[in-house]
Amino acid sequence: MALSLINAPARVARGQVFEIRASVAHTMESGQRADSEGRLLARDIIRRVECRYGGELVFAADLFPAVAANPYLAFHTVAVASGPISVRWLGDNGFEHSASVAIEVT
Amino acid sequence: MKGPAAWLSWLLTLLPLAPTAAAQGDARRSGLEFMTPALQALQRDDTQNPAALWLKDGEQRFSTACNACHTPQDLRGVAARYPAFDSVLGKPVTLTQRFNLCRQRHAKAVPWAAESSELLGLAAYVGSLSRSMPIAPPADPRLAPFQAQGQRLYAQRIGQLDLSCAQCHDSQAGGRLAGSTIPQAHPTGYPIYRLEWQAMGSLQRRLRNCMSGVRAEPYAFGADEFTALELYLMQRAAGMPMDTPAVRP
Repeated sequence: MALSLINAPARVARGQVFEIRASVAHTMESGQRADSEGRLLARDIIRRVECRYGGELVFAADLFPAVAANPYLAFHTVAVASGPISVRWLGDNGFEHSASVAIEVT
Repeated sequence: MKGPAAWLSWLLTLLPLAPTAAAQGDARRSGLEFMTPALQALQRDDTQNPAALWLKDGEQRFSTACNACHTPQDLRGVAARYPAFDSVLGKPVTLTQRFNLCRQRHAKAVPWAAESSELLGLAAYVGSLSRSMPIAPPADPRLAPFQAQGQRLYAQRIGQLDLSCAQCHDSQAGGRLAGSTIPQAHPTGYPIYRLEWQAMGSLQRRLRNCMSGVRAEPYAFGADEFTALELYLMQRAAGMPMDTPAVRP
Protein backbone atom coordinates (compact mmCIF):
# COMPACT_ATOMS: atom_id res chain seq x y z
CA MET A 1 0.00 0.00 0.00
CA ALA A 2 2.14 2.84 -1.28
CA LEU A 3 -0.45 5.45 -0.62
CA SER A 4 0.12 9.11 0.00
CA LEU A 5 -1.82 12.28 0.56
CA ILE A 6 -1.07 15.84 -0.47
CA ASN A 7 -3.21 18.64 0.88
CA ALA A 8 -2.81 22.01 -0.79
CA PRO A 9 -5.41 24.69 -1.56
CA ALA A 10 -6.96 24.27 -5.03
CA ARG A 11 -6.77 28.05 -5.63
CA VAL A 12 -4.28 30.59 -4.31
CA ALA A 13 -3.76 34.30 -5.07
CA ARG A 14 -0.45 35.12 -6.75
CA GLY A 15 2.25 36.09 -4.26
CA GLN A 16 0.45 34.49 -1.34
CA VAL A 17 2.22 32.08 1.01
CA PHE A 18 0.36 28.78 1.30
CA GLU A 19 0.78 25.53 3.18
CA ILE A 20 1.33 22.07 1.72
CA ARG A 21 0.68 19.00 3.90
CA ALA A 22 2.00 15.66 2.73
CA SER A 23 1.87 12.20 4.27
CA VAL A 24 2.69 8.68 3.12
CA ALA A 25 1.81 5.21 4.40
CA HIS A 26 5.11 3.64 5.45
CA THR A 27 6.16 1.49 8.43
CA MET A 28 9.43 3.41 9.05
CA GLU A 29 11.01 0.32 10.62
CA SER A 30 13.91 1.80 12.57
CA GLY A 31 16.32 -1.17 12.44
CA GLN A 32 16.54 -1.12 16.25
CA ARG A 33 13.60 -3.40 17.01
CA ALA A 34 13.56 -7.18 17.35
CA ASP A 35 10.81 -9.59 16.32
CA SER A 36 9.21 -12.16 18.63
CA GLU A 37 12.16 -14.53 18.03
CA GLY A 38 14.69 -11.89 19.06
CA ARG A 39 16.00 -11.31 15.53
CA LEU A 40 16.75 -7.72 14.62
CA LEU A 41 14.30 -6.31 12.08
CA ALA A 42 16.12 -4.79 9.14
CA ARG A 43 15.89 -1.05 8.76
CA ASP A 44 13.26 0.05 6.26
CA ILE A 45 12.71 3.81 6.28
CA ILE A 46 12.03 6.67 3.94
CA ARG A 47 15.23 8.65 3.62
CA ARG A 48 14.35 11.54 1.37
CA VAL A 49 11.32 13.68 0.58
CA GLU A 50 11.27 16.18 -2.25
CA CYS A 51 8.55 18.58 -3.27
CA ARG A 52 8.56 20.24 -6.66
CA TYR A 53 6.29 23.09 -7.65
CA GLY A 54 6.07 23.53 -11.41
CA GLY A 55 9.20 21.36 -11.71
CA GLU A 56 11.27 23.49 -9.33
CA LEU A 57 12.45 22.06 -6.00
CA VAL A 58 10.75 24.06 -3.23
CA PHE A 59 11.21 21.73 -0.25
CA ALA A 60 13.34 18.70 0.60
CA ALA A 61 14.02 16.79 3.79
CA ASP A 62 16.17 13.88 4.91
CA LEU A 63 14.37 11.48 7.25
CA PHE A 64 16.04 9.32 9.89
CA PRO A 65 15.08 6.22 11.93
CA ALA A 66 13.54 8.28 14.75
CA VAL A 67 10.69 9.44 12.50
CA ALA A 68 7.40 7.66 13.33
CA ALA A 69 5.45 5.49 10.91
CA ASN A 70 3.35 7.20 8.25
CA PRO A 71 5.42 10.42 8.11
CA TYR A 72 3.55 13.71 7.89
CA LEU A 73 5.23 16.93 6.80
CA ALA A 74 3.81 20.44 6.49
CA PHE A 75 5.66 23.30 4.83
CA HIS A 76 5.04 26.58 3.02
CA THR A 77 5.81 28.08 -0.35
CA VAL A 78 4.83 31.16 -2.37
CA ALA A 79 2.26 30.99 -5.17
CA VAL A 80 3.93 32.07 -8.40
CA ALA A 81 2.07 30.28 -11.20
CA SER A 82 -0.54 27.58 -11.78
CA GLY A 83 0.98 24.15 -12.02
CA PRO A 84 1.50 20.78 -10.43
CA ILE A 85 2.85 20.25 -6.92
CA SER A 86 4.52 16.87 -6.80
CA VAL A 87 5.91 15.10 -3.76
CA ARG A 88 8.39 12.27 -4.12
CA TRP A 89 9.30 9.86 -1.33
CA LEU A 90 12.49 7.77 -1.58
CA GLY A 91 13.61 5.09 0.84
CA ASP A 92 15.29 1.81 1.68
CA ASN A 93 14.74 -1.31 -0.43
CA GLY A 94 14.17 0.79 -3.52
CA PHE A 95 11.05 2.45 -2.12
CA GLU A 96 9.91 5.20 -4.44
CA HIS A 97 6.53 6.85 -4.52
CA SER A 98 5.37 10.11 -6.01
CA ALA A 99 2.06 11.89 -6.27
CA SER A 100 0.96 15.31 -7.41
CA VAL A 101 -1.90 17.78 -7.15
CA ALA A 102 -2.66 20.78 -9.31
CA ILE A 103 -3.06 24.30 -7.94
CA GLU A 104 -4.54 27.27 -9.72
CA VAL A 105 -2.92 30.63 -9.11
CA THR A 106 -5.24 33.60 -9.68
CA MET B 1 -24.78 36.21 51.75
CA LYS B 2 -28.46 35.30 51.59
CA GLY B 3 -28.81 36.36 47.98
CA PRO B 4 -26.54 33.82 46.26
CA ALA B 5 -27.84 30.95 48.43
CA ALA B 6 -31.44 31.71 47.54
CA TRP B 7 -30.47 32.03 43.88
CA LEU B 8 -28.73 28.64 44.03
CA SER B 9 -31.67 26.84 45.65
CA TRP B 10 -33.97 28.39 43.07
CA LEU B 11 -31.67 27.08 40.34
CA LEU B 12 -31.64 23.60 41.89
CA THR B 13 -35.44 23.41 41.84
CA LEU B 14 -35.28 24.08 38.10
CA LEU B 15 -32.77 21.36 37.31
CA PRO B 16 -35.05 18.31 37.09
CA LEU B 17 -37.45 20.27 34.88
CA ALA B 18 -34.94 21.67 32.43
CA PRO B 19 -34.97 19.77 29.13
CA THR B 20 -31.17 19.83 28.95
CA ALA B 21 -30.83 18.28 32.39
CA ALA B 22 -30.77 14.77 30.96
CA ALA B 23 -28.02 15.65 28.50
CA GLN B 24 -26.00 17.44 31.18
CA GLY B 25 -26.54 14.55 33.57
CA ASP B 26 -25.15 12.13 31.00
CA ALA B 27 -21.78 11.23 32.49
CA ARG B 28 -20.70 9.30 29.38
CA ARG B 29 -17.65 10.70 27.60
CA SER B 30 -16.07 9.61 24.35
CA GLY B 31 -12.39 8.71 24.46
CA LEU B 32 -11.90 11.89 22.41
CA GLU B 33 -12.62 14.02 25.49
CA PHE B 34 -9.93 12.27 27.55
CA MET B 35 -7.20 13.25 25.06
CA THR B 36 -4.96 16.32 25.08
CA PRO B 37 -6.09 19.31 22.96
CA ALA B 38 -3.24 18.58 20.51
CA LEU B 39 -4.45 15.02 19.91
CA GLN B 40 -8.05 16.19 19.61
CA ALA B 41 -6.93 18.65 16.93
CA LEU B 42 -5.08 15.84 15.14
CA GLN B 43 -8.29 13.82 14.99
CA ARG B 44 -10.59 16.68 14.03
CA ASP B 45 -8.51 18.01 11.12
CA ASP B 46 -8.89 15.64 8.18
CA THR B 47 -5.73 16.99 6.58
CA GLN B 48 -3.73 16.01 9.69
CA ASN B 49 -5.52 12.86 10.85
CA PRO B 50 -3.22 9.94 9.97
CA ALA B 51 -6.32 7.74 9.49
CA ALA B 52 -6.92 9.76 6.30
CA LEU B 53 -4.45 7.46 4.54
CA TRP B 54 -6.76 4.48 5.19
CA LEU B 55 -9.86 6.59 4.61
CA LYS B 56 -8.72 7.51 1.10
CA ASP B 57 -7.86 3.87 0.40
CA GLY B 58 -11.32 2.81 1.61
CA GLU B 59 -13.05 5.46 -0.49
CA GLN B 60 -11.26 4.23 -3.61
CA ARG B 61 -12.06 0.61 -2.78
CA PHE B 62 -15.70 1.47 -2.19
CA SER B 63 -15.93 3.10 -5.60
CA THR B 64 -14.64 -0.04 -7.30
CA ALA B 65 -15.82 -2.94 -5.10
CA CYS B 66 -19.15 -1.69 -3.69
CA ASN B 67 -20.49 0.88 -6.14
CA ALA B 68 -22.47 -1.66 -8.18
CA CYS B 69 -25.03 -2.00 -5.35
CA HIS B 70 -24.38 0.77 -2.80
CA THR B 71 -24.07 4.54 -2.83
CA PRO B 72 -22.40 6.54 -0.03
CA GLN B 73 -25.82 8.13 0.69
CA ASP B 74 -27.38 4.67 1.31
CA LEU B 75 -24.71 3.84 3.84
CA ARG B 76 -25.06 6.97 5.97
CA GLY B 77 -25.76 5.88 9.55
CA VAL B 78 -25.13 2.18 8.85
CA ALA B 79 -21.96 2.01 10.97
CA ALA B 80 -23.94 3.48 13.90
CA ARG B 81 -26.38 0.54 13.74
CA TYR B 82 -23.94 -2.39 13.72
CA PRO B 83 -23.55 -5.20 14.86
CA ALA B 84 -26.83 -6.39 13.32
CA PHE B 85 -28.54 -9.76 13.09
CA ASP B 86 -27.86 -11.94 10.04
CA SER B 87 -30.80 -14.27 9.50
CA VAL B 88 -28.81 -16.72 7.33
CA LEU B 89 -26.14 -17.27 9.98
CA GLY B 90 -28.67 -16.93 12.81
CA LYS B 91 -26.35 -14.67 14.80
CA PRO B 92 -25.24 -11.04 14.93
CA VAL B 93 -22.39 -9.90 12.68
CA THR B 94 -20.09 -6.89 12.91
CA LEU B 95 -19.74 -4.32 10.15
CA THR B 96 -16.51 -5.83 8.82
CA GLN B 97 -18.03 -9.33 8.93
CA ARG B 98 -20.90 -7.89 6.89
CA PHE B 99 -18.40 -6.57 4.30
CA ASN B 100 -16.92 -10.03 3.94
CA LEU B 101 -20.35 -11.73 3.81
CA CYS B 102 -21.33 -9.26 1.10
CA ARG B 103 -18.18 -10.12 -0.82
CA GLN B 104 -18.79 -13.87 -0.53
CA ARG B 105 -22.54 -13.89 -1.18
CA HIS B 106 -22.94 -11.22 -3.84
CA ALA B 107 -19.55 -10.46 -5.35
CA LYS B 108 -18.38 -14.12 -5.22
CA ALA B 109 -15.04 -12.84 -4.00
CA VAL B 110 -12.56 -14.05 -1.40
CA PRO B 111 -13.08 -12.47 2.06
CA TRP B 112 -10.45 -10.05 3.29
CA ALA B 113 -8.28 -11.06 6.25
CA ALA B 114 -8.95 -9.60 9.70
CA GLU B 115 -7.02 -6.33 10.23
CA SER B 116 -6.07 -6.16 6.54
CA SER B 117 -5.66 -2.70 5.08
CA GLU B 118 -8.59 -3.46 2.73
CA LEU B 119 -10.98 -4.16 5.61
CA LEU B 120 -9.72 -1.33 7.84
CA GLY B 121 -9.84 1.18 4.99
CA LEU B 122 -13.39 0.25 4.02
CA ALA B 123 -14.51 0.25 7.68
CA ALA B 124 -12.93 3.69 8.16
CA TYR B 125 -14.69 5.03 5.06
CA VAL B 126 -18.13 3.51 5.79
CA GLY B 127 -17.71 4.59 9.44
CA SER B 128 -16.91 8.14 8.34
CA LEU B 129 -20.27 8.25 6.51
CA SER B 130 -21.91 8.07 9.97
CA ARG B 131 -19.67 10.73 11.51
CA SER B 132 -21.42 12.80 14.23
CA MET B 133 -24.57 10.65 13.92
CA PRO B 134 -25.81 9.10 17.19
CA ILE B 135 -25.03 5.45 17.85
CA ALA B 136 -28.36 3.69 17.29
CA PRO B 137 -28.38 -0.07 17.98
CA PRO B 138 -31.31 -1.74 16.18
CA ALA B 139 -34.35 -2.64 18.29
CA ASP B 140 -34.18 -6.25 17.13
CA PRO B 141 -35.40 -8.74 19.77
CA ARG B 142 -33.18 -11.46 18.23
CA LEU B 143 -30.14 -9.43 19.42
CA ALA B 144 -31.21 -9.42 23.08
CA PRO B 145 -29.60 -12.72 24.17
CA PHE B 146 -26.31 -11.71 22.52
CA GLN B 147 -26.39 -8.28 24.19
CA ALA B 148 -26.96 -10.03 27.52
CA GLN B 149 -23.99 -12.30 26.79
CA GLY B 150 -21.88 -9.22 26.03
CA GLN B 151 -22.92 -7.62 29.28
CA ARG B 152 -21.92 -10.76 31.18
CA LEU B 153 -18.53 -10.84 29.43
CA TYR B 154 -18.02 -7.16 30.29
CA ALA B 155 -18.52 -7.89 33.98
CA GLN B 156 -16.63 -11.20 34.02
CA ARG B 157 -13.24 -11.28 35.76
CA ILE B 158 -10.57 -12.70 33.45
CA GLY B 159 -6.85 -13.36 33.29
CA GLN B 160 -4.10 -13.67 35.86
CA LEU B 161 -4.87 -10.15 37.07
CA ASP B 162 -8.48 -11.28 37.62
CA LEU B 163 -10.00 -8.06 36.29
CA SER B 164 -13.19 -7.42 34.35
CA CYS B 165 -13.75 -4.65 31.79
CA ALA B 166 -16.15 -3.00 34.26
CA GLN B 167 -13.60 -2.79 37.05
CA CYS B 168 -11.45 -0.37 35.04
CA HIS B 169 -13.83 1.25 32.59
CA ASP B 170 -16.83 1.74 34.92
CA SER B 171 -15.27 2.00 38.38
CA GLN B 172 -11.91 3.64 37.54
CA ALA B 173 -12.75 5.60 34.38
CA GLY B 174 -11.06 9.01 34.36
CA GLY B 175 -8.31 7.66 36.64
CA ARG B 176 -4.82 6.66 35.58
CA LEU B 177 -3.23 3.38 34.64
CA ALA B 178 0.46 4.28 34.87
CA GLY B 179 0.78 7.26 32.50
CA SER B 180 -2.45 6.64 30.61
CA THR B 181 -5.94 7.93 31.34
CA ILE B 182 -8.53 5.17 31.66
CA PRO B 183 -11.38 6.04 29.30
CA GLN B 184 -14.99 4.90 29.61
CA ALA B 185 -14.67 2.38 26.78
CA HIS B 186 -17.25 3.76 24.38
CA PRO B 187 -16.61 2.47 20.84
CA THR B 188 -17.46 5.75 19.11
CA GLY B 189 -14.57 6.03 16.68
CA TYR B 190 -13.55 2.57 15.42
CA PRO B 191 -11.54 1.69 13.46
CA ILE B 192 -9.01 3.99 15.15
CA TYR B 193 -5.52 5.21 14.34
CA ARG B 194 -3.70 4.36 17.56
CA LEU B 195 -0.43 6.18 18.10
CA GLU B 196 0.92 3.27 20.13
CA TRP B 197 0.32 0.95 17.15
CA GLN B 198 1.45 3.58 14.63
CA ALA B 199 -1.32 2.10 12.53
CA MET B 200 -5.04 1.64 12.13
CA GLY B 201 -6.80 -1.11 14.08
CA SER B 202 -10.27 -2.45 14.80
CA LEU B 203 -12.23 -2.61 18.05
CA GLN B 204 -11.32 -6.30 18.26
CA ARG B 205 -7.62 -5.48 18.12
CA ARG B 206 -8.19 -3.01 20.97
CA LEU B 207 -10.14 -5.57 23.01
CA ARG B 208 -7.41 -8.16 22.43
CA ASN B 209 -4.89 -5.59 23.77
CA CYS B 210 -6.92 -5.15 26.95
CA MET B 211 -7.28 -8.94 27.34
CA SER B 212 -3.55 -9.58 27.03
CA GLY B 213 -3.05 -6.60 29.37
CA VAL B 214 -4.85 -8.44 32.16
CA ARG B 215 -2.96 -11.58 31.08
CA ALA B 216 -5.96 -13.43 29.72
CA GLU B 217 -5.84 -15.37 26.48
CA PRO B 218 -7.49 -13.13 23.89
CA TYR B 219 -10.33 -14.50 21.75
CA ALA B 220 -9.47 -14.99 18.08
CA PHE B 221 -10.34 -12.25 15.58
CA GLY B 222 -13.95 -12.69 14.52
CA ALA B 223 -14.93 -14.67 17.65
CA ASP B 224 -18.62 -14.56 18.59
CA GLU B 225 -17.63 -13.32 22.07
CA PHE B 226 -16.22 -10.15 20.49
CA THR B 227 -19.44 -9.59 18.54
CA ALA B 228 -21.44 -9.99 21.77
CA LEU B 229 -19.14 -7.54 23.58
CA GLU B 230 -19.41 -5.05 20.73
CA LEU B 231 -23.22 -5.34 20.82
CA TYR B 232 -23.21 -4.54 24.53
CA LEU B 233 -20.70 -1.68 24.14
CA MET B 234 -22.75 -0.10 21.33
CA GLN B 235 -25.89 -0.40 23.48
CA ARG B 236 -23.99 1.19 26.36
CA ALA B 237 -22.90 4.05 24.08
CA ALA B 238 -26.32 4.46 22.39
CA GLY B 239 -26.98 8.10 21.49
CA MET B 240 -23.33 9.17 21.61
CA PRO B 241 -22.04 10.70 18.37
CA MET B 242 -19.77 8.64 16.09
CA ASP B 243 -16.30 10.10 15.47
CA THR B 244 -14.84 7.52 13.07
CA PRO B 245 -11.99 7.43 12.13
CA ALA B 246 -10.68 8.45 15.53
CA VAL B 247 -7.12 8.99 16.80
CA ARG B 248 -6.26 7.50 20.17
CA PRO B 249 -3.00 7.57 22.15
